Amino acid sequence: MSSPAHPTGPVASAPAPGGDHLLEPPLPYRMAPRLARATKDIQLQQFVATATRLKDTKRIASFEATFGDRLGAVRDLAASIKQHTLDHLDHYLEQFIDNAQRAGAIVHYAADAAEARNICLRIARDTNSTLCVKSKSMVTEEIRLLPALEAAGVKTVETDLGEFILQLDGDAPSHIVTPMIHKDRTAVARAFVRELGAPYTEDPAQLTGIAREHLRGLYRRADLGITGANFLVASTGSVVVCTNEGNAGFCISGTRTHIVVAGIEKLIPGPEHLAVLLKLLARSSTAQPLTVYTTLITGPRKQHDPDGPDQGGVHIILLDNGRTDLLRRGGPGGAREILRCIRCGACLNACPVFRKAGGGHAYGAVYSGPIGAILTPSLKGLHNYPDLPHASSLCGACGDACPVCIDIPAHLIRLRAEMTGLGLPRGMRARKAVIALWTFLLKHPRLYRLAAATQRTILRALADDGPGAPDPMADRRWLSALPGPAAAWTQHRDFPTPPAADFRSWWTAHERARHGGRDS
Amino acid sequence: MKVALLITCLTENFFPRAGVAAVKVLEHLGCEVHFPRDQTCCGQPMFNSGHHAHARDLAERTVRIFAPWEHVVTPSASCAAMVREHYPALLADDPALRAAAESLAHRTHEFASFLTRVLNFDPRAHGLRWDGAATYHPACHLRALAREGAPDATPALLRSIDGLRYTPLDRADQCCGFGGLFAVTYPDLSGAMARDKADAVRATGANALVCNDAGCAMNITGACRRAGRGEAPRTLSLAEVLAEALGLMPEPRASVGDENGSEAPQP
Repeated sequence: MSSPAHPTGPVASAPAPGGDHLLEPPLPYRMAPRLARATKDIQLQQFVATATRLKDTKRIASFEATFGDRLGAVRDLAASIKQHTLDHLDHYLEQFIDNAQRAGAIVHYAADAAEARNICLRIARDTNSTLCVKSKSMVTEEIRLLPALEAAGVKTVETDLGEFILQLDGDAPSHIVTPMIHKDRTAVARAFVRELGAPYTEDPAQLTGIAREHLRGLYRRADLGITGANFLVASTGSVVVCTNEGNAGFCISGTRTHIVVAGIEKLIPGPEHLAVLLKLLARSSTAQPLTVYTTLITGPRKQHDPDGPDQGGVHIILLDNGRTDLLRRGGPGGAREILRCIRCGACLNACPVFRKAGGGHAYGAVYSGPIGAILTPSLKGLHNYPDLPHASSLCGACGDACPVCIDIPAHLIRLRAEMTGLGLPRGMRARKAVIALWTFLLKHPRLYRLAAATQRTILRALADDGPGAPDPMADRRWLSALPGPAAAWTQHRDFPTPPAADFRSWWTAHERARHGGRDS
Repeated sequence: MKVALLITCLTENFFPRAGVAAVKVLEHLGCEVHFPRDQTCCGQPMFNSGHHAHARDLAERTVRIFAPWEHVVTPSASCAAMVREHYPALLADDPALRAAAESLAHRTHEFASFLTRVLNFDPRAHGLRWDGAATYHPACHLRALAREGAPDATPALLRSIDGLRYTPLDRADQCCGFGGLFAVTYPDLSGAMARDKADAVRATGANALVCNDAGCAMNITGACRRAGRGEAPRTLSLAEVLAEALGLMPEPRASVGDENGSEAPQP
């Protein structure tokens, strides 16, 4: 789908060097360095905030206008379609494979990213392909397909406008749906001058025209087309691809050979379920009733079709890459539920942390934002992404936005709990000890009251009240700098002291006045 | 009606006036209020940070401590959500405890919701008066409670008070960035979110910020003070607004000191 054009704004942040590195950082990935850069980059935050807020507001309005108070029922239906398919995935996989083969497609199964890449490379080699056009696909990012093809001598071009620009810039997508949410049009203009020799223009229509002109020529010459899949329809063996630019259609119709790479969780039982999911996908992503193009691929070109891949030229690669591990954890609240995700990006647009993190790069993986924070550690190992489940205020906006009712905050908490059973990274071990001590105090009311009194005394002694007028609220005082790890609080906020008088003293006096000293 | 106050640790220690106000309003409305003295913390910080064995222990003791009362009322939205949403699952390993947790979940109410849904509180019948300009930050956990069918009653209550000029916050449902330990583990993210909220508060021009969660209140007021170089709107709970509007509690004046002083022995 298309990328947002930022209406105004000076020069965007410099292109991040090495797009690959952004999505595949050294493991374990720690968020702090990228977060530190992003939280200082006000312009980046504004780009992301403007685009995500707009999308979020439009999504809510479009749902309200279309579904009104039936929205809950529609989301439940969509969730149950996806959940049912996952609960019987073996059945639907078999059905899909049979039907896709009957329609003339060649179906491959790839256990991991390397196997999926190798299958693609083998197909490219067997068909003597040297130029590949591909449409936007998260799963091909997940398996790092593009660099592998390029390394094997197959020039590969991203045809989604946003991804095309990122490819020119050596940058990586920062959003599931709107991949260049972190850039503005001046960055696009400069990339086109530098890489395509185009005249400098910031006019979106002209910029789109330049990209279109360039891409049309490539479509005609390409031997190989690659797309992902938004849905795989089991009862027909069809692959469904949604775009707003029609580029997937060109990737399919203009090439002799076509490869679809799809995660096994993309299955749905039949075309009737598309009716529900397509509406939710488009509205959740971009507040459209449907995406501009919904392309269905059912096997290669038929006898009277004017175009499309040759007989034997349609390959569907079903990718596991960690998904069956999640599938095994079914049951209420189990990790299987995460696989319902239809990659609409609504949770990213709703998330205040995603905005402040300056978009997806801070998440160190292809899938970012709230869904990435639960999907990435689930697919690639919690020990490899120990920070992601913690970088959330658990406000719940993501879960509320999810069209297939994935309880993202509950999964964040579940992953945090799983992490306490693992060897914890530095920083988290200390926290574990503090929490154990804290709990001990809370289980012993006398110690708790003693600790509370001590805390009151210490905080009040440290209070500096900062500049300005005295606080009108009771006799509260304030600290502008806390010591030790608590200094993290006072980096950005003052910290209140407890008032001098505590609740329990008041209650004792109150009780005495009321009943002559009866305690509850 | 017998009501036990679940004051919660942050409110007890940092916003005790909210607890005092809740007691006064509930008594004014005819409730017999109890304060079980062994209560400490509902276990939310442990639960949210993934330390579920600790959270379970604290849930168990809270369930036992509050077993005797017909209704449990708390001025803290997130603690109400903790008890209602998470206790039954946390204590699922013991059928008797699970049943007790489910019972407590049903008996536990956030203050505003208790007033409107259980006491059928009609603000017009009470001649409420509170002079000033106020805005309101809905704690994110109220969303969870609203999903269960208990929509947030606070804005309507605030609007029903004579003299109170209510201005809604821009993007009111945006998280303030507190998030418990999140505030100190990701201070830059949390601080940036808190600054947005402080900006929204300032834009209303209100001199009072109403907030029914001690965590959010601490975070937003702290951010307002930092942004305003010590100047910040007064932060108070709905219970305090109502107690003042009912004439049960004086409105504290700047630099006057502790308004509870006449009643509470100094430590």
